[in-house]
Amino acid sequence: MRHAPSGNASSDTMAVNDETQPPGARWLSKGEAWVLELSGEWRGHRGALPDLPAPDLAGPVAVTAPALHSWDAVLAGRLWQQLEPLVRREVSVDLQGLPQGLQEILALALNAAPPAQEAPDDNPPPGLVTRVGARAMGSWDTRRQSLTFVGEVLFSLGRWLRGASDMRASDLMWQIEQTGPRSLPIVALVSFLVGLIVAYMGAAQLQRFGAQTYIADLVTVGVVREVAALLVGIVLAGRVGAAFAAQIGSMRANEEIDALTTLGVNPFDFLVLPRVLALLIVGPMLTAFGAVVGMAVGWLVAVVIYGVTPLEYVYASVESLTLPHVLVGLIKGTVYAALVALAGCRQGMAAGRSAQAVGDATTASVVQAIVWIVVAASVLTVVFQRLDV
Amino acid sequence: MTEFAHPPSATEPARAAQAGAQAPLVRARELTMAFGDNVVQHDLTFDVLPGEVLAIAGGSGCGKSTLMRHLIGLQEPAAGQVLYGERDLYAADTATQRTLMQAFGVTFQAGALWSSMTVGENVMLPMQVFTDMGAAECEQEARFKLALVGLAGSFDMEPAALSGGMKKRAAIARALALNPPLLFLDEPSAGLDPLTSANLDELIRHLRDDLGTTVVMVSHELDSIFALADRLLFLDAQTRTMTALGPPRDLMREGPEGVQQFLRRGAAEERA
Repeated sequence: MRHAPSGNASSDTMAVNDETQPPGARWLSKGEAWVLELSGEWRGHRGALPDLPAPDLAGPVAVTAPALHSWDAVLAGRLWQQLEPLVRREVSVDLQGLPQGLQEILALALNAAPPAQEAPDDNPPPGLVTRVGARAMGSWDTRRQSLTFVGEVLFSLGRWLRGASDMRASDLMWQIEQTGPRSLPIVALVSFLVGLIVAYMGAAQLQRFGAQTYIADLVTVGVVREVAALLVGIVLAGRVGAAFAAQIGSMRANEEIDALTTLGVNPFDFLVLPRVLALLIVGPMLTAFGAVVGMAVGWLVAVVIYGVTPLEYVYASVESLTLPHVLVGLIKGTVYAALVALAGCRQGMAAGRSAQAVGDATTASVVQAIVWIVVAASVLTVVFQRLDV
Repeated sequence: MTEFAHPPSATEPARAAQAGAQAPLVRARELTMAFGDNVVQHDLTFDVLPGEVLAIAGGSGCGKSTLMRHLIGLQEPAAGQVLYGERDLYAADTATQRTLMQAFGVTFQAGALWSSMTVGENVMLPMQVFTDMGAAECEQEARFKLALVGLAGSFDMEPAALSGGMKKRAAIARALALNPPLLFLDEPSAGLDPLTSANLDELIRHLRDDLGTTVVMVSHELDSIFALADRLLFLDAQTRTMTALGPPRDLMREGPEGVQQFLRRGAAEERA
């Protein structure tokens, strides 16, 4: 095969022609050889070249351009499309009749090493059972990774309790400050609005039976036991869990976690543990705060709209607010907060090393946290009911 | 594989001879690196000698940075061993691994400074975690390390406020925090302008010559390789193994064809 540029070929600087020649190309037979002859003005022309005279062409091929006035990259591309299969089949291709620039461009493209051919896959595509099995295995892998993650966190917690952790107290305080006080406004707003809905809708139903004095019982028990914890969990999932995933995922993408590891610092102690501990501390506090806001809204609705006297509402609230209700609410709030921390940190630690992967991890952390919260809420409700708490 | 066993060449005579006389700091034995079934490099056997700058070079995608990740305990080899002294890094228990890993400092391509901390806190962290130094002493030591790398005024700066070259210098200061005898540098000059790159080379030379620090440097910057490296380990992307190990100038004259081509390109650019 000869397609190396030739020094004595004609220049690619075209002679100025008074008349514009239409682009032309034709295959000529010269014994066993075939010649593709180009002519005219090819610059700016996007037409195709004539097909090969035979698809299984085996004889030598030459490309000439005795009357080619101008050309551009489009012609080079068209020629490459025609000649590359021939070169691959080791058909001799002579480019010396082309302008030097065109020769060089084509030689560059035709000499480029072909991409590594993957071995042909002789295996038939996987059947339904194989695909289901593969997905089940993939799903099991994900579960296993989540369990491993939880195990690592527990080990980390154990090291902290033994005083052998790499966690810095300042990091824990910083995380508490970020996740606690800074979450108060949004928790207050959401608790206020949802408390309003619970109180208003509940009172509307109770009024039909003349039982609006029970608004206090409904709101207090509902908000303290269930609603406040659920709201705090969801708010934390969106505000804090996503931030955890993004922070840790970015650190992973920037090799910051690798830098910790090579220092011998355990990333779980350093990054995950302060976040988990912070939410374990902050979760019940925010739940209590949300419950107080919810109860206050219930009082407002009952007193202003339904004519319950302020003291009557307070008395009924205190009567209905038993210790088990408070403990159940706080336990739920703590569990949900822990789940949010685990989901956020797990997704961050498992994130890929690109911006897209960090975004995916952030989204996944919110979804995972909310799913886990809903599952936990169901389980805990059944458990507490069974325990008659 | 062509190996020039650190001959006392005209350019690096004393250091190479001295290095050859001491026990290796790190030994890679028949190391195979793979991602699943895709083998990146196989059968890598070499030593890192005390006091030398060992450059790891090769074409794009040949596995230079991957090799470094294997040497520093971030990625377990598919086969083979990474030995620090007589201890296999990957066969050791977690506590031993942790101890072994404190014997070296690492800088990554983009610096990998912890973005939630100031530059000074970045440098102080290893001291706080691994030493019983007090806060004031840590700060003093960190300020010294930063001054050493030419970043005296950056103690309270956020990493985001640093330029690319400054980040790499700060990362070197952090890697030096525990005064390790061995430094791993991943592409220290990549993406830097020639002057900044030359300054960084100068810093690495000082670390080796003045502090006696051994440096393993992943690089494809030929200027840096010729300026710094006592030996060059060349990874070949086609054969997927090391094809040469020796002083870069010797390899340029007598190394395998591919290595000579790789190195001559740099020499030609230098002449130009």
